[in-house]
Amino acid sequence: MKARVHVMLKNGVLDPQGEAVRHALGTLGFEGVSGVRQGKVIELDLADGTTEDTVKDMCEKLLANTVIESYQVEML
Amino acid sequence: MRAAVIVFPGSNCDRDMAVALKAAGADVTMVWHKDAALSDNVDLVAVPGGFSFGDYLRCGAIAAQSPICKALVAHVERGGYALGVCNGFQVLTETGLLPGALMRNAGLKFICKTVDLKVETSVSAFTEGYNAGDIVGFPVAHHDGNYTADAETLATLEGEDRIAFRYTDNPNGSLADIAGLLSENRRVLGLMPHPERAVDAGHGGTDGQALFRGLLGQFAQA
Repeated sequence: MKARVHVMLKNGVLDPQGEAVRHALGTLGFEGVSGVRQGKVIELDLADGTTEDTVKDMCEKLLANTVIESYQVEML
Repeated sequence: MRAAVIVFPGSNCDRDMAVALKAAGADVTMVWHKDAALSDNVDLVAVPGGFSFGDYLRCGAIAAQSPICKALVAHVERGGYALGVCNGFQVLTETGLLPGALMRNAGLKFICKTVDLKVETSVSAFTEGYNAGDIVGFPVAHHDGNYTADAETLATLEGEDRIAFRYTDNPNGSLADIAGLLSENRRVLGLMPHPERAVDAGHGGTDGQALFRGLLGQFAQA
């Protein structure tokens, strides 16, 4: 089985990389992009029976820094 | 004073740190990240700068899970001293020994230059060699030194006089110009600038000497 973890900076935390991407899109002529947020997608290959709670524990302990990041777990 | 300097794969300021500590009079041993224990009589654990584990996932995140960091946390919980510089500061925030987090520099560029810092408090073993208000020049060399914390944490840090150094001209977007901060018991200091690169007149000046000498002085009195 697999799980996919999405890690994003929390709302309200300024994302300097996303801001640079937004600026670059404007330079390329793409108008109307009012915001860009950049995050991470982490795919995990897991032993059968691994629970979503276990994956959330992985997020809390390592995959996300919950001071600045939020995460979402997708069990596939 | 007995000091241990942690060496991770990718550390590159570990020997500079050892030289600075020895120059101030410390007995220094290097400890490998896979070591699960520190020797019992270690007074200070120094977490050096560099790019531990290639900065994979987040700066300091993998290092913070290493066996030696479990021993570091236990050392601090026993009341031991710890100093984290640059990547070492990132490791200390990732272990939770210091609050907040270090993000990508606001200008997105790696910054490598000497910056002026204002000493905000002389009330700690690390800063008692300075006067509050002193301006010191330490080199910075980082890509992820943009300190952030929530409003409540910032209020606590300011209320408890735990901000040790502030940038006089903020190079990286850090919240409230914070360059370095202390733990609640004032025995853990994390800072992005490199005091260990400012201990020799021939290399980067000598403004960092007072930090190491002050620390050594603390143990000479004990």
